[in-house]
Amino acid sequence: MTVAAIEAVDVSRTYELDGVSVPALRGVSLTIGQGEYVAVIGPSGSGKSTLMHLLGGLDRPTGGRLVIGGRDVATLTAPELATLRNETIGFVFQAFHLLPRTSAVDNVALPLVYRGVGARQRRERAAAMLGRVGLGHRLGHRPNQLSGGEQQRVAIARALVTDPAVLLADEPTGNLDSATGEAVLELLERLNVESGVALVMVTHDPEVAARARRRVAVRDGLIRSDTVHDRPLSGGDGRPETLDAAPSAEPRSASGSGPGHPSGGSGGATGATGRLPRAGGTGGPGGPGGAG
Amino acid sequence: MRVAEAWRVALDALRANRLRSALTMLGVIIGVASVVLLVAIGTGTKQKVEQQVEGLGSNLLLVVPGKLDVGTAPVVSPLDLKDVDAVSRVVGDPGRVAVTIASGATARAGTRSDFTTVQGVLETTPAVFTRSLARGRYLTGADVDTSRRVAVLGASVARALFPDRDPLGQQVTLAGVRFRVIGVFTPLGQSLGVDRDDEVHIPVTAAQRLWGTQRIDGIAVKAPDRERIDQLGDRIVAELSRRHPDTEFSAVTQQQILGVLGDILGVLTGVLAAIAGISLLVGGVGVSNIMLVSVRERTREIGLRKAVGARPRDIGVQFLLEAVLLTSIGGLTGMALGVGTALLVDAVSPIPAAITWWSLALAFGVSAAVGIVFGVVPAQRAGRLDPVVALRAE
Ligand SMILES: Nc1ncnc2c1ncn2[C@@H]1O[C@H](COP(=O)(O)OP(=O)(O)O)[C@@H](O)[C@H]1O
Ligand SMILES: [Mg+2]
Repeated sequence: MTVAAIEAVDVSRTYELDGVSVPALRGVSLTIGQGEYVAVIGPSGSGKSTLMHLLGGLDRPTGGRLVIGGRDVATLTAPELATLRNETIGFVFQAFHLLPRTSAVDNVALPLVYRGVGARQRRERAAAMLGRVGLGHRLGHRPNQLSGGEQQRVAIARALVTDPAVLLADEPTGNLDSATGEAVLELLERLNVESGVALVMVTHDPEVAARARRRVAVRDGLIRSDTVHDRPLSGGDGRPETLDAAPSAEPRSASGSGPGHPSGGSGGATGATGRLPRAGGTGGPGGPGGAG
Repeated sequence: MRVAEAWRVALDALRANRLRSALTMLGVIIGVASVVLLVAIGTGTKQKVEQQVEGLGSNLLLVVPGKLDVGTAPVVSPLDLKDVDAVSRVVGDPGRVAVTIASGATARAGTRSDFTTVQGVLETTPAVFTRSLARGRYLTGADVDTSRRVAVLGASVARALFPDRDPLGQQVTLAGVRFRVIGVFTPLGQSLGVDRDDEVHIPVTAAQRLWGTQRIDGIAVKAPDRERIDQLGDRIVAELSRRHPDTEFSAVTQQQILGVLGDILGVLTGVLAAIAGISLLVGGVGVSNIMLVSVRERTREIGLRKAVGARPRDIGVQFLLEAVLLTSIGGLTGMALGVGTALLVDAVSPIPAAITWWSLALAFGVSAAVGIVFGVVPAQRAGRLDPVVALRAE
């Protein structure tokens, strides 16, 4: 609990496209504590995925400092960064990204392949993990033999099979209908509580974001607000707070971002967005959990 | 990632794309099979020719007018039977000296005819050239001395003229003159497409009378031992040169003939192998091409693997192994196909084929190497892919 799982300080990411600089992130500071549940919300193109890729060590910042699992990304070689991803991060993508023609167990076991775990142990752990996401009866199924919700569960099992410190989910329900999406969200939240893995969930849906206690609003490559709410979860009741944290409602963008928010960001020059002091430090009761 | 694991991943990938893998392998299969087959044919031909030259009898010395060299014009022979006697004196044993005067002629028996080679020879021929008879007897010294019109038929001639009769004691007409058949040779088979049983032996004296000449074409000597064969050849050439100062003579041994033939056939085999090697190279380019397609097609897979912790090297090795597996499996299949075809060709066609271990080792080694060489670029490309870009790929 003492060390942050991920710490980003004034991180920026600029893409070079045919000589033109496209700033996707323009100075973002964000700390993900152990076991936390954080929703990252923002409109399409605001830089959410870019941020998630950086937090997961899939990409490197072009500016600022990024520390994952206590290690400064700038000091790591490509293979070291890959190993760090393998050990501390689990990714869940909107598009599932399962290997076709590969069974659910083997898909889930994939990260263990790169950890050098033996075949039998891999299968055992993958099967156990599939059991935890409610797919113990689908071990041998290939992705095209599974429903969308089931595929996303397989992807979640794959993300968690390595027992990572942080689970990064980029629009995990984006390709699912609302009922299936709801079930997937409940699963993610349950795993967050049960195993103490920090859950960072990217979404553009205010209702989804409203389920998290801590909500980070991103817009135009900057964090507009980072707020903690007393009443997490539940569908309808969190409505005012949801609006509060959602910059997607355009008139509220600068002024309405949470009570007592210090820096508006209309100028945005400082880059380091103000942070609210968070009650209790972590969102989930799971504590440090089993971070390997 | 462990090496065994990497092999499994590569194998799985090939299995997942069975048809494409098979089609890619096809280029390598054809390349390797043709290397193996063509080298087998080259080697088989060489072996057979060597066998046949050796089968002429051991320690053989062929004495002919002119230089034995590729491309020199044949020289009209000044030799006659007195020269043969002189050579016999040099050798010390007339039983080791054979002669020939040969010409094409039509052999007739009843209504049947066959164009064949008629050879005028001495009674020593079977001993010098190690020939044996299937039926009857060979020419005798008396047959030669008295120019008796008797003939020994090669197996093909016997079959052509007397398909349903015993040729022994029958009459054959050679250049309008009748001869009596006294023997039939044991078949020799074919060599380089030439039927070696298509010949008729008659006494050299009868042949000279038939063609109205005193000449003979050449002399063959069976040397008593291998060590002094060159020395004997020199002495024979010296004696003949003394008798015919205007003509050059050559004495060649089997070893020299084998050397020349071996060189020619070795070059032939090399050329065949090179042609087949080109098709193997083309197969390799195909592998490279397919691997690049495969990398592009599986960009998202690469991105995902990297996201879950694959290092650039893991990805590179995976694709390299895939290429090596493609060409190795193709190489093994091509080897099996090449060996099978070679055995079939050897069995059912007159073309000889002999499998050599080095051609198999070479073909397989080259195909595996082709996999590495042509797999490196796609593998590097895969290993260097930016995971974020790869994951966003469509
Ligand atoms: N590889 C890239 N090259 C150039 N621009 C990019 C690239 N990836 C993302 N961007 C740009 O960065 C911005 C943020 O993208 P992204 O992080 O995907 O947003 P979000 O996930 O919030 O929709 C967008 O303007 C997008 O066009
Ligand atoms: Mg996105």
